[in-house]
Amino acid sequence: MKQRLLIVEPSELIIEGLKSILDGQIRFKVLEPEMSADHLEERLLAAHPDIVLMNPTLVDNPTRLRGDQPLALVALVYQYVERDVLKNYDAVVDIRDSRAVILETLAQVSPGEVDASKSSYELTKRETAVLVQLAQGKTNKEIADALNVSVHTVISHRKNITHKTGIKSVAGLTVYAMLNNLIDESSLL
Amino acid sequence: MKDFKSRLFSSEARLSDLITAYPSLLSLLTRLDISLGFGDRSIADVCEASGVDTGFFLLICNVYTFNNYIPSTAAILGTDMTGLVPYLEKSHRYYVDKRLPHIERHLDAIAQKLSGRIGQVFISFFKEYKKEVEAHFAHEERDVFPHIRALMTGERDKTYSIGEFLHTHSDIEGKLDDLLNIVFKYLPPQVDDDNVLDVVYDILRLSEDLKKHTFIEEKIMVPLVKHLEKAVLS
Repeated sequence: MKQRLLIVEPSELIIEGLKSILDGQIRFKVLEPEMSADHLEERLLAAHPDIVLMNPTLVDNPTRLRGDQPLALVALVYQYVERDVLKNYDAVVDIRDSRAVILETLAQVSPGEVDASKSSYELTKRETAVLVQLAQGKTNKEIADALNVSVHTVISHRKNITHKTGIKSVAGLTVYAMLNNLIDESSLL
Repeated sequence: MKDFKSRLFSSEARLSDLITAYPSLLSLLTRLDISLGFGDRSIADVCEASGVDTGFFLLICNVYTFNNYIPSTAAILGTDMTGLVPYLEKSHRYYVDKRLPHIERHLDAIAQKLSGRIGQVFISFFKEYKKEVEAHFAHEERDVFPHIRALMTGERDKTYSIGEFLHTHSDIEGKLDDLLNIVFKYLPPQVDDDNVLDVVYDILRLSEDLKKHTFIEEKIMVPLVKHLEKAVLS
């Protein structure tokens, strides 16, 4: 499965540069870039990217963007950016990085690839735990706190759950969880 | 891409041969204002008798049949596209009035066999999906189609710009694929009856159809409207 990559960056020059680096990479499908964060939330819902490569100066609170989508956020920096800002991102790409380093960084945040090597299609205990919490309407952040793992780990579990079951939406996963007796009726609403 | 030209349908072919080779095109005919009973006439003849532009008919059939075929802007602009909006509207009605209720009836029967709350959650998943689809179509019919109609008559309609379309055009097949997985992989064996198989086929067909519908909107309608917007405003 190709990773859907959305670039959010005001500079056309940088966008074109990134596109040319990513061009021909079978791993990524580069979506039509956003040049500002104005319609970003709607766009994320519509385009459901796997990775957002974003200029961190455009958005104050990037974690909010994740919503309940399994999304890897990568900061695209070309100047000094405070550490506090960058800690909200899963990875950082510096425009002075080489082509190879940029591709490597993006590959590392795309969890779909890791899963392909696993042979079992059964959900692991951890994935089941994430699924149950999702079905109860918890956000990625709440699940991360409850299971004492990072948000990024929750996202990767979610990718694996979707990869194994073929079900993407939270509503669909809730039906799945019920049919498999993973949650009982009383825990819903 | 290179051998598409030789594979695409031509107007000289018999319509019945086209349908025999690609039966799924049958569902397109009524949406394109062509009734059955066309006998052995050629595509061009049938289109002419039905008042449908042959070029437009072929464009839609070719897109439905050949997965990698993306018509060039030149091909789009060289075709009479007045039929596009009516076709898209009829497709919306076909999905909302025919396909979705049909699927819902099967799902209702399946839900009856699931124990109480599970049956409810199962059916409400579909009802939510149906609402999303209806809202999606309603937006297009309210904002996008009138804009295209206005542009086609040369009106300078600035209330909407097609640039917004791709930004907000959401995926309406995703949840259908979720439903498909739920139905054929995860329903308990005791509900295994004809309804399950019927609905799997129905969902598969609708999902394919919606993918093409989205494709037509994004790869044909959008380039066309971008061109019209430029032409009318300059």
